[in-house]
Amino acid sequence: MKKIMILALMLIGTTTFAQNKNQKASIEVDGVCMMCKNRIEKACLTSKGVKSADWNVKTHELKLIYDARKTDLKAIQKTIAKVGHDTKEVKATDEAYASVHPCCKYRDDKVIDDHKDEGEEKPKN
Amino acid sequence: MKQIIYILFILPMLSFSQDKISGLILEANDKNEPIGLAGANVYWLDTSVGSVTDIDGKFTIPYKNEYSQLVISYVGFKTDTITVNEPKVVRHWLQSTDNLDAVTITSRKQATSKSYLQATNVFTVSSDELLKAACCNLSESFETNPSIDVNFADAVSGTRQIKMLGLTSPYILIATENIPSIRGASQAFGMSFIPGTWVESIQITKGAGSAVNGFESIAGQINAELVKPTTDARLFVNAYTNANGRLELNTHLNTAVNEKWSTGLYLHGNLRDTKHDNNNDTFLDMPLQEQINIMNRWQYIDTEKGFVSFINLKFLNDEKQTGQESFNPKTDKGTTNAWGSEIDTRRYEVSTKFGYVNPELTWQSISLQTAYSNHKQASYFGLNQYDITHNSLYANAIYNSIISDSRHKVKTGISYTYDHYDEFVNTNDYERTERSVGAFFEYNFDNLEKLNLTAGIRVDNHNLMGTFITPRFHARYTPWEKSALRASFGRGIRSANIFAENQSIFSTSRAINILNTGGAIYGLDPEIAWNYGVSFLQGFNLFNRKADITLDYYRTDFQNQVVVDFENPQEVNFYNLDGDSYANSFQIEWNYNAFEHFDLRLAYKYYDVKTDYNSGKLSKPLVPTNRFFANASYETNMKENGARWKFDTTFNWLGEQRFSSTTGNPIQYQLPENTPTLGTLNAQITKVFSPKFEVYLGGENITNVKQDNPILGANDPFGSNFDTTFVYGPIFGASYYAGLRFKIE
Repeated sequence: MKKIMILALMLIGTTTFAQNKNQKASIEVDGVCMMCKNRIEKACLTSKGVKSADWNVKTHELKLIYDARKTDLKAIQKTIAKVGHDTKEVKATDEAYASVHPCCKYRDDKVIDDHKDEGEEKPKN
Repeated sequence: MKQIIYILFILPMLSFSQDKISGLILEANDKNEPIGLAGANVYWLDTSVGSVTDIDGKFTIPYKNEYSQLVISYVGFKTDTITVNEPKVVRHWLQSTDNLDAVTITSRKQATSKSYLQATNVFTVSSDELLKAACCNLSESFETNPSIDVNFADAVSGTRQIKMLGLTSPYILIATENIPSIRGASQAFGMSFIPGTWVESIQITKGAGSAVNGFESIAGQINAELVKPTTDARLFVNAYTNANGRLELNTHLNTAVNEKWSTGLYLHGNLRDTKHDNNNDTFLDMPLQEQINIMNRWQYIDTEKGFVSFINLKFLNDEKQTGQESFNPKTDKGTTNAWGSEIDTRRYEVSTKFGYVNPELTWQSISLQTAYSNHKQASYFGLNQYDITHNSLYANAIYNSIISDSRHKVKTGISYTYDHYDEFVNTNDYERTERSVGAFFEYNFDNLEKLNLTAGIRVDNHNLMGTFITPRFHARYTPWEKSALRASFGRGIRSANIFAENQSIFSTSRAINILNTGGAIYGLDPEIAWNYGVSFLQGFNLFNRKADITLDYYRTDFQNQVVVDFENPQEVNFYNLDGDSYANSFQIEWNYNAFEHFDLRLAYKYYDVKTDYNSGKLSKPLVPTNRFFANASYETNMKENGARWKFDTTFNWLGEQRFSSTTGNPIQYQLPENTPTLGTLNAQITKVFSPKFEVYLGGENITNVKQDNPILGANDPFGSNFDTTFVYGPIFGASYYAGLRFKIE
């Protein structure tokens, strides 16, 4: 009985889906921080056909799994650009870019760079 | 001169700009001279926010609340990651890689963390928190936690009983690694059968909890994650002794067998062989005890294929002797020469966990948990005999997936439980088998922003309780920054093991009566309750330091309950609830990181727990209406070799508690209506010498508060007024302990 149950459960897990229903892709999306991560992933997941989205803050890589019958990479990139993040193929409009939080201005070298030139603090005692 | 400048620099500054962290990176050297390291990289883990140290080793870096891990790296030096959760000045030594004594330094993390995101009201107690007090076993690991009340079940067995939301532990589903384990025969002593060093972390869920782990939880769920062969130290030794003659030894051995298999052997032994009667009532203040507890774990990991599996084997042998100091089991057992008691427990356990995560579709996973346990307790209490054998089988299969996208997660699966009880109570045999098969479905929605909800339902068919539905619902809403408003409701159902759960009744002269005969469990009906609750958590900054405040209100409403009625001092009566029974609990908790390395936790609790007894509506005996809790902990800065001091102290104040009625007793055996109020203080000092070795010294009940005459009728233990259940406070006074921990990673 137990063996049958384990087997049955394993079969569910290994059922392969038609290729296009769970299309995997990986694209580069520009951004700098965890807030960007939330914004990017949320934009993807709330758009039609995207099943999972995981953006890596360090590598800027966005791993996607989407239903190719309902959407495609171009559409997803447009969605990402709409919330203000650049991808290789689609750049965000200035209005969209302006909408991101000031701390996330990823096009600004100052934000990316270390913030040493923001004025030295004087120690007090 | 230059050194003075450095010293000035590292003094904590009085005015931080709120969003920057500055600091100094130094090169470790034998003479501890501060040599600044120029050009070291400093950045927040998983972000691209970073900085480089200047010619003197100084740096500044922007800080936001969501950052916590600061990585410091430099070619030729060991990369360190330190935890920073407040704007402060960081001073850090980097170890040169040609220095073979590799030292990993992590600064502090919250020892108890609350989630701002999850739907359930759950908080996690990390191993750091568990080290704050002498936690020899799971029942003692809630000392520094205001949500759980710990008190003695009776004056002789030394057993600690825990309460949550004003309800005793049988109403809490206590699991180890999500397998329900402290239940049935192990309900009374089971928590003392899980050594503290085996516990990696504890998750405490207030309210209904998840439907995935079964239908039995009513007030909440406590889950203990145990140490794992792949993450625990290769060798860990903990020795403990206290002034009352208790000795404990814990040894962990962990090793990798091959790339995929690891194994761990965990040995626990404790012994108390000296008799103490400090209050001169002829009874031992705490039992003589010997325990051997062995666990062997096997862990299998194959990350490529997505398989992870655990196999656990446990063996426990526990022997207690308590009662009068003059009692000799060989000559006095079963006689009225002297009152004594022995409780011998032997338990075998096998459990397995098998998990598969689809590497292609990460949201898809399957897990199968199985557990078998055989629990035998042979015991007598004076002239009362109680034996129980409990065989239990548990299996739970869970399938995780998503609907349309990863904001909609689902869990579904089937469970099977089998319990066979064989009990002998004085002259009566009780035997019963319980079987249940159930299916559950849980849906979680997370809109990735303000709302997260979990709705679960299960349908179970039980051979004694019939077919029933158990709904569970949790929601979290974030109205504004750093807040979480939670609401939950759910239903729970369980069969009350009236003897196993109330073993203190045997250490009395009370007659035991069961007043119903129509039910399937000892003639009684199953217990059914609804639990509703709301909770609000708000984090804020006070004088630039992190603080949070939590307000909780929970209500448990019993549709049916097995009432344990102590209101006649000559009897204990069990009967089905006729009328109302409810537990209201309100809690306010405030956490404040008042200054660097100093944390303060204050809590106030209000309980209103009432039941319709046959003699009228009364508040539950020995539950304080008001409780106040305070905990303070401080750590010194860690030196570069990892050495530091840690200080921790906990104060508990309990308001008046009602004594069950003693008006039927002769005047000398009558107690007042309520207990006095009570304040106790615990403290512990830990000296960490290095990541490998630390010693600790502590005191429990330092102010030496004692309950007068915890045993009623101690002068005549075979007379009709003998009773050990009127315990509201410490039985023995101040107790000091010391211990050491040694580990090789």
